[in-house]
Amino acid sequence: MAKPELTETPMQGDPATTIFERSVEGRRAGALPEPDVPETPMDELIPKRLLRGKPAELPEVSEPEIVRHYNRISRRNFDLDTGFYPLGSCTMKHNPRLNERVAALPGHARLHPAQDPRRAQGALELMWRLCEALSEICGLPYVSLQPSAGSHGELAGLLLTRAYHADRGEERTKVLTPDTAHGTNPATVTMAGYEVVKLATNERGGIDLDDLRARADSETACLMLTNPNTLGLFDENITEIASIVHEAGGTLYYDGANLNAVMGRSRPGDMGFDIVHLNLHKSFSQPHGGGGPGAGPIAVSERIEPFLPRPQVVRRESSNGAEPAFDLDFDRPKSIGRLRGFQGNFGVFVRSYAYILSLGGDGLTEASETAVLNANYLLARMSEGRTGKFAPVAFDRRCMHEFVLSGAPAKKELGINTLDVAKRLLDFGMHPPTVYFPLLVDEAMMIEPTETETRETLDAFAEAIDSILAEAEDDPEVAQNAPYTTPVRRLDEVTANRRPIVRQPLSLS
Amino acid sequence: MTDDDRGRMLDAIGVGSVDELFEDIPADVRLDRPLKLPDGLPETEVFDRLAALASRNAHAEAEVSFLGAGMYDHYVPAIVDAITSRSEFLTPYTPYQPEISQGGLQAMFEFQTAMSELTGLPVSNAALYEGPSSVASAAYLALGATGRKKLVASRGVHPHSRESLVTYGAGYGSEVAEVDLDAGVTDASALADAIDDETAAVFLQQPNFLGAVEDVESLAQRAKEVGALVVVACDPVALSVLRPPGQCGADVAVGEGQPLGNRLDYGGPSFGFFCATEEHIRRMPGRIAGETTDVDGRRGFVLTLQTREQHIRREKATHNICTAQALNALAGIIHLSWLGKRGFVELGELLVRRTAYARERLAALDGVELLHQAPVVREFAVRLEAPVARVLERCAAEGIGAGYPLGRDYPEHEDGLLIALTERRSRADIDRLAEVLEKAIKESRANAPQAGTPGREAEDVPA
Repeated sequence: MAKPELTETPMQGDPATTIFERSVEGRRAGALPEPDVPETPMDELIPKRLLRGKPAELPEVSEPEIVRHYNRISRRNFDLDTGFYPLGSCTMKHNPRLNERVAALPGHARLHPAQDPRRAQGALELMWRLCEALSEICGLPYVSLQPSAGSHGELAGLLLTRAYHADRGEERTKVLTPDTAHGTNPATVTMAGYEVVKLATNERGGIDLDDLRARADSETACLMLTNPNTLGLFDENITEIASIVHEAGGTLYYDGANLNAVMGRSRPGDMGFDIVHLNLHKSFSQPHGGGGPGAGPIAVSERIEPFLPRPQVVRRESSNGAEPAFDLDFDRPKSIGRLRGFQGNFGVFVRSYAYILSLGGDGLTEASETAVLNANYLLARMSEGRTGKFAPVAFDRRCMHEFVLSGAPAKKELGINTLDVAKRLLDFGMHPPTVYFPLLVDEAMMIEPTETETRETLDAFAEAIDSILAEAEDDPEVAQNAPYTTPVRRLDEVTANRRPIVRQPLSLS
Repeated sequence: MTDDDRGRMLDAIGVGSVDELFEDIPADVRLDRPLKLPDGLPETEVFDRLAALASRNAHAEAEVSFLGAGMYDHYVPAIVDAITSRSEFLTPYTPYQPEISQGGLQAMFEFQTAMSELTGLPVSNAALYEGPSSVASAAYLALGATGRKKLVASRGVHPHSRESLVTYGAGYGSEVAEVDLDAGVTDASALADAIDDETAAVFLQQPNFLGAVEDVESLAQRAKEVGALVVVACDPVALSVLRPPGQCGADVAVGEGQPLGNRLDYGGPSFGFFCATEEHIRRMPGRIAGETTDVDGRRGFVLTLQTREQHIRREKATHNICTAQALNALAGIIHLSWLGKRGFVELGELLVRRTAYARERLAALDGVELLHQAPVVREFAVRLEAPVARVLERCAAEGIGAGYPLGRDYPEHEDGLLIALTERRSRADIDRLAEVLEKAIKESRANAPQAGTPGREAEDVPA
C-alpha cells in the first residue's frame, strides 16, 4: 500500500484566523435602537470610579464577515450529520430537527423562568409529563429535572444519599465505584465529600462479587454503577449486587449514560436502584452541541423522594371540577435545595419530550433493540479477520449497545497503537471511537454505533478499520503519522499544556 | 431498518432473534410488558401538541415583560440562530479529536478571549452549566486554593446562587455565612466582621440582586487581607459599562451567560462563565481551549490542561463536569461579535439611561417608592403600597409583566418589586408600565373596592 501523498489540502492552506484578528476599527454589525430617553452623561448616573475606563476589546466586524468567519470555521469541524460518530458511551444518535423547531416556538423560547406558574401552565405541564415518562422508563416513582447534565445528576445523587443517611442519623464516608466507571463518578464522589472505594472487575466484565462483599460495610454510603457498564456488558449479578449494597445500608446509584441499551427492556428501578440520572443528550436525542447543552434529570425511589432538589413540578387536582393546575412546589423541608438557577434546561426538556412523543413506548424499546442489534452486528463483523486478530474484543461475550476492543496486539505486532488507528480513521471521514477508556482495557477502543446507523455504515466502518490494519502490515508509519487530510494534522498538546495560551492578548497583556 | 436488514444482521451475529441479544439480562429484572407510554406520533401531530402547550405560556411576545432577576429578554440576533443551527456546530460532541474539531475549539478560544476582556481576568474556561452552579463551583476552587472551608456571601448575591452554595457546601463540608444589605448594597462593616482567617472565599454580585452597583474594590479589601478569595458573580452585559471585577480585586468572576446571545427558554439552556487570575489556571473547572501548532507548524487549537479534568484525573479532578454548554457559549461569542466593541458599550449605556428614566418615572407614582437609591445599570427595586401579588395580577391582565416579586427571597421586602430592562423595552413601554402600575396599585390597595374579573377590568383601560 502506498504512503499517502503529503499534498496540502485547500483547508490546510487556509490559516486559522480568529474573529478578533478580523477586527478593523470602526466596523460594526448590529445596530441598537436610537436613544429615546435623555442622554445623561454616564458618570452622573454611576460614580466614575465604578465605571469601566476603556471599553472591552471586542471585535469590530461587519455582519457578512461574522457569518463568513463562523461558517468558515464550522467547516473545520466533523459532525454527526456528516458521518459516522461511534464515540462510545456518548450515544451519538440522530437529532431530529422537529425538536429544534418546537423548542424555538416563542411560547417556549421566550418564556421567562420567573413567570408566574399560573401563566406558564404549558411549560409546567410539559415538564410534568416528561417526568411521568422518565419515571416509567426508569421504573422509579419520582423525577427531578433540575440537574444540567449527567455529572450534575451524579452530584445530586450523592447529595441525596448524604441527606438520606443524615436523616437517619448516619454519617457514612465511602462510595463504591467499579474500576470501569466513567471519570465523572469518582470526581463526583470527591466533590460530594466522600471517599472513593474501587471495586475490581471479574472475568466476565462485571463487578467482582467477592470484592464487593469485602468492601460493602457500615461506612458505605452508596454504590455508583453503570449497567450495562462501560464495557457494554450487562452485569448479570445485578440483583445480588443490589442486595449486598442494600444490606450494608447503602444506596444504589445508576449512571444512566448507557440507558440507550435497555429502554423498554429493563428498568433501573426494577434492578434495585434508588437513584438514576438520565442524559437527555444521549438517549433522548438532544444535540450534543460540541460539548453541551445537555440535561441530567434524576429519578428516585420512595425513600429518596423527600430530599429531591426544589422546586419540584407538581400537578394539583382541582376541587371544583376544573382542569388540574401545574405548579412549582418550594415547600420541601427535607430538600437538598437547589443545584442551579430556575427550573433546569427547559429547552432540552422540550426536545426530549418531543422525541418521546415521536417514538412512543414501542419506538423507544425498538430504539434500544436496534442499538443492541447494531452493536452486536458490528462486533460480529469486527471479530473476524484482521480486526479480530489485531484488535480483539476485550471480553468475549455478546455485548449490549457498545463494545470494547483492545488494540494491544496491533501495538505489539504491527507497531501502531490505538491512537494511530483513531487518527488514521479521520482520513476515512469517520469519527474515531472513544479511545483509552475504560482504563482496565489495554489500548481500548469503545465503539457505540447507536440505532440510527444503517448496516452499510457499519460495514464501511468495519472495512475502514480492516484497511487501516492492512496498511499497517505493510507500513506502520502511515497510521503513525496520520491524519493527512484534516484541516490540521496532529497537534502539539505538550507545549499547549506547558505554556498555555488560552486567549489572545488584547487589553490584558 | 427493514426485515431483510434485521435478518441478515441476526445471521451475521449467529442468533435467531433480537430477544436472544438481551439474554444477559436476568429474567427477574426484565420488563415483561410494554412501556406504559402512548404510541408514537407522526411529526405533524407532535408539532401540534407541542405548539398547543407553548400557547399556554405567557411569553415575552405575549406581554411587555419587565422580568429579570438573572435572565433577561434581550434581542438575540438572527445570525446567532443561523450559525448555531449549522450541523457542524449543533451535532458534534466535545472536541476529543482536535484535528477534526478546530471550529469548535477555535470558537471556545474566541469565547475565552472575550470573557477575559469583559471580566478583566486573564484565564477563562469554555463555559459551565449556568450562573448559580458556577458560583458554587467557584467555592470548590477556593477550598482547594486556600485549604479553608468557610464561605461568606453577601445577600446581594442571587438567591439561587446562595442556595446552590449551601447545597454544594453540604457535600464538600462548607458552611455559608450571609451578610445583610444596607441601603441596597452589601453592608461593608458587617462583611468585614464576617470574614476571618478561616474564610476561603467571599461572594459578591455585580450588580447585586436588587440591581445596585456594588463598590467591589472596597468590599474586597478585608478578604484580601486575610487571604480569602474574592468571587464576583456578574451580569456580563453590565460589564460593558462597569469596571471589570479583575480591576477591583476579584480572584474569580463567574456569572450567568444568558444575556449574551441566549434566549430565555424558561431558564435554560444557557451557559455559565468562569474566569480567574493566572495563579488558578490549574484549578479551573471545565474545558479550556489552548492555542498550539500541528506537526507541520500550522496554527491550531486543543483542549488543554486536561489533567484537571475528570476523564483523566478521576477522583483528583478539580471538578466533575463533562458535558457543559458549548453551543450556548458559541451563541455568546457570536452575539458579542455582532454588537462589537462600540455596540456593546452602546447597549450598556442605553440600559443605564433607560433604567434611570424608568426609575425616576416610577418613583414619581403614587404608591411607589424606591427600595434603595444606589446606582443601578439595568434593574432596580421599588416598594409598593399595595399587595405585590395583587398588583402583578392586575398588570398581567393588562399585558404587562411588571417585574419580579421580592417577597419569597427577601421576606423583609414583602412589598418589593424588581424591575428589569433590556434594549427591547422602549420609553413607550416604560410609560405604559408606569400607567398600568399606578392604576393597579390604586385598585389593589387594602381599602380599594373588591376586584372584578380580569376581563371586566380590561374594559376599563383607556384606549
